[in-house]
Amino acid sequence: MSTPDKTPAKSETLSEHGMKRRNFIIAGAAAGGGLLIGFALPKMFEDKGGHSTPANSEKAAREAFSPNAFIRIDKEGLVTLVMSKVEMGQGTFTSITMLIAEELGVDPAQVKLAQAPADEKKYADPLLGGQVTGGSTSIRGAWEPMRKAGAVARTMLVSAACQDWNVDAKECRVENGYVLHSGSEKKIGYGELVEKAATLPVPQEVTLKEAKEFTLIGKPIKRLDSPQKVNGQAVYGIDVRQPNMKIATVAMSPVLGGKVVSVDDSKARNIKGVRKIVKLDDAVAVIADHMWAAKQGLAALDIKWDGGRNETLMMKDIIGQLDQASSDKGRAAPGAVATSEGDFKAAFAKADVKFEAVYQLPFLSHAAIEPMNATVHVQKDRCDVWVGTQVPAMAQAGAVGITKLPPEKVFIHNHHIGGGFGRRLDVDFINQAVAIAKTVDYPVKLMWTREEDMQHGIYRPYYYDRLSAGLDKDGNITAWKHQVTGSSIMSRWIPQFVKNGLDSDAVEVAREPLYAPANIFVEYIRQEPPGMLTGWWRGVGATHNTFMVESFIDELAHKVGKDPLQYRLANMKNSPRAKHVLEVAAKEAGWGQPLSKGSGRGLSVQYAFGTYVAQVAELEVKEDEVHIKRVVCVVDCGMVVNPDHVKAQMEGGINFGISGALWGEITVNNGKVEQSNYDNYRVMRMRESPVIEVHLVQSSEAPGGIGEPGTAAIAPALTNAIFAATGKRIRNLPIKNSLTAA
Amino acid sequence: MITLNVNGKEHALDVTDDTPILWALRDVIGLTGTKFGCGKALCGACTIHLDGQATRSCITPVSLASGKKITTIESIGETEVGKRVQDAWLALDVVQCGYCQSGQIMSASALLAQTPNPSDEDIDNAMSGNICRCGTYPRIKAAIKNAAKA
Repeated sequence: MSTPDKTPAKSETLSEHGMKRRNFIIAGAAAGGGLLIGFALPKMFEDKGGHSTPANSEKAAREAFSPNAFIRIDKEGLVTLVMSKVEMGQGTFTSITMLIAEELGVDPAQVKLAQAPADEKKYADPLLGGQVTGGSTSIRGAWEPMRKAGAVARTMLVSAACQDWNVDAKECRVENGYVLHSGSEKKIGYGELVEKAATLPVPQEVTLKEAKEFTLIGKPIKRLDSPQKVNGQAVYGIDVRQPNMKIATVAMSPVLGGKVVSVDDSKARNIKGVRKIVKLDDAVAVIADHMWAAKQGLAALDIKWDGGRNETLMMKDIIGQLDQASSDKGRAAPGAVATSEGDFKAAFAKADVKFEAVYQLPFLSHAAIEPMNATVHVQKDRCDVWVGTQVPAMAQAGAVGITKLPPEKVFIHNHHIGGGFGRRLDVDFINQAVAIAKTVDYPVKLMWTREEDMQHGIYRPYYYDRLSAGLDKDGNITAWKHQVTGSSIMSRWIPQFVKNGLDSDAVEVAREPLYAPANIFVEYIRQEPPGMLTGWWRGVGATHNTFMVESFIDELAHKVGKDPLQYRLANMKNSPRAKHVLEVAAKEAGWGQPLSKGSGRGLSVQYAFGTYVAQVAELEVKEDEVHIKRVVCVVDCGMVVNPDHVKAQMEGGINFGISGALWGEITVNNGKVEQSNYDNYRVMRMRESPVIEVHLVQSSEAPGGIGEPGTAAIAPALTNAIFAATGKRIRNLPIKNSLTAA
Repeated sequence: MITLNVNGKEHALDVTDDTPILWALRDVIGLTGTKFGCGKALCGACTIHLDGQATRSCITPVSLASGKKITTIESIGETEVGKRVQDAWLALDVVQCGYCQSGQIMSASALLAQTPNPSDEDIDNAMSGNICRCGTYPRIKAAIKNAAKA
């Protein structure tokens, strides 16, 4: 079922900023004996004038090599992998270990995992350019370098054994941490070889295994983190305990962006277990012996707030501003052009059929079950931060700013994450914990309550998109326009990658729809919502624009009376892999087979994160409630490292996306977020979880990302199915509002 | 002072009667396998057994545990049913981020102890108080069924 595709992977999230670099593998002796393998990034070795010196990079790399490498093999043969990625459920602890173990010839279950310290350069993601776990990049970035590193280590260990035995490397093989000689059946453990191996030259070229030789890659290897996650032993950020540690919780301004005017803490100070009240600009914290005392203390505070300019902020203000900014007439400045090919205006003017629609997506909370938290100990000469974060180096930079300590004195101890989904790409809560801990001499664990977590989130932006298409008399798309209006996350988070006002995340998927007519115009209009901080949410730009594009194409199909599957296939250009996933999904889902009244099927297809996904949702609408029966998902993510991980990520990603599509919305009323907990921010529960069937396409293409595609593609499959079931077109999410409103 | 029996061990705690069991376990005794998620019995991450009954520890005060036996995720594997559930979880690699799974396993163990062969409806009823934001529900359900058969 291999379907080679020459479409370049241009639309990988954030990968288009020219951050790809060549890595140099370096090796050396570990302190206390043993072999270290690491990378040196050429960027580390820029000269004083800022010019990199690639010719000398490897030499420089060797000289500058420090023992924060990522593979260590000690004299007992224990292999330690220093993980630059954090584990938040996506499975990278296991899959990256598999990549190294495949080439190194060790059992992944015997590899010891350690979390990388904060270091923006040493542990940078090759696609993102910083120490970030996000954007479904882990395997795409690790695929080649990690296997190569394993192969370098293996080659050096084999060379060491060959020197001992005075035999040729060709006669040797590796197995389970041993080098074996075929002729004599001699066998020696890696631990006995590391000292000699560390003195050998690093091989310039290593041969990586061919796919047919893989013994781990492509196999459903069990997750390495499962055992400790079923018996309560896994340590998340929130589980950290330090000697003399106290617990803090906070109240932040109910009105977004508001400030503390005054605090009367006389009652709170009398509560048993309360140690200290800390007044910050925008929050008040209570430090206590345990969370219950801290919460009681918080409830006893009398805080006067100044809501500031957001005190009268309503949703209609935010939506009104987006509406105005999105219209050609009302806009203050021209949009940033993402795509402009052919002549949209002329083609649209002479189209036989014209169609326009506006779609809206709400603010969303991540609502990870582990609330935001961090444990911090600030001392005179050092600061320790225990936390689960997607961005350790950013956390370090934040703590440096607050404590004024040098970066090498700020230690980020990363932990398992109890749900990231993009929320832990921000460090607001870590900074707050540092600011609180700075006022005392003991370690403080700051925990947000669910209510503070939901009401002071960093929300997925509200998007307000206009789409227009012109069709010829046969229904073929001749003109396509997509105007994206919303907040620019990149402008806050990585402003250096916003070029000419274009936020490439905001137009991800939209800028290169799978349906590419000759005349296409895509632009981005930045409109920041007052009061709301916006950030990454699982599926990022693809979650936003796959909904827009896949809703619109479905509408066009119905407009001209064509079958949505056939219409997509007919209008798709140059994408055999996309066509293939769509056709397989339709077949597996029984597309076209009759369903009972009130039931329907809906399609979506997507290319994002280097991965093709097609989904067919089958559902029934009864009394304004949507009952999802079944989702068929076909994935072509190129080479599959761990098929069970891909399936798990699709299952979970789809369910995450369903919660958002059916019920998810954060709204403000007089500047206050109205949702506060899982009772009024509804998320999926067991009884709402549909049957999900995941099919993987065999492929020899480079691996694509898997953490986010499932989430990004589900919403339009649902709304398209609702249209098929009821004739009701849903252009605004969440579905619950649109179903009851219409 | 209040005395709690946790996983077969007595703990004398200097906390007020209204302190939720969750914080007594996590912040005072130091058993962190039981998780905090919502504080209002909406998510199930804090589920423990109180004399074998699945109980949301975030809203249950320590005073109600007096004279009763608390079982947490740290010791559920010592029961026959709990071990079966954990093994079923491992066999299907149910977990993703894993944060909710302590609570899921505690709810599932209580269900199977009372209803050895649960129907889909039984599972939905017993498990719908436990949220999993990673969306591992299909595997949780399959694992419960496998554990029932084992």
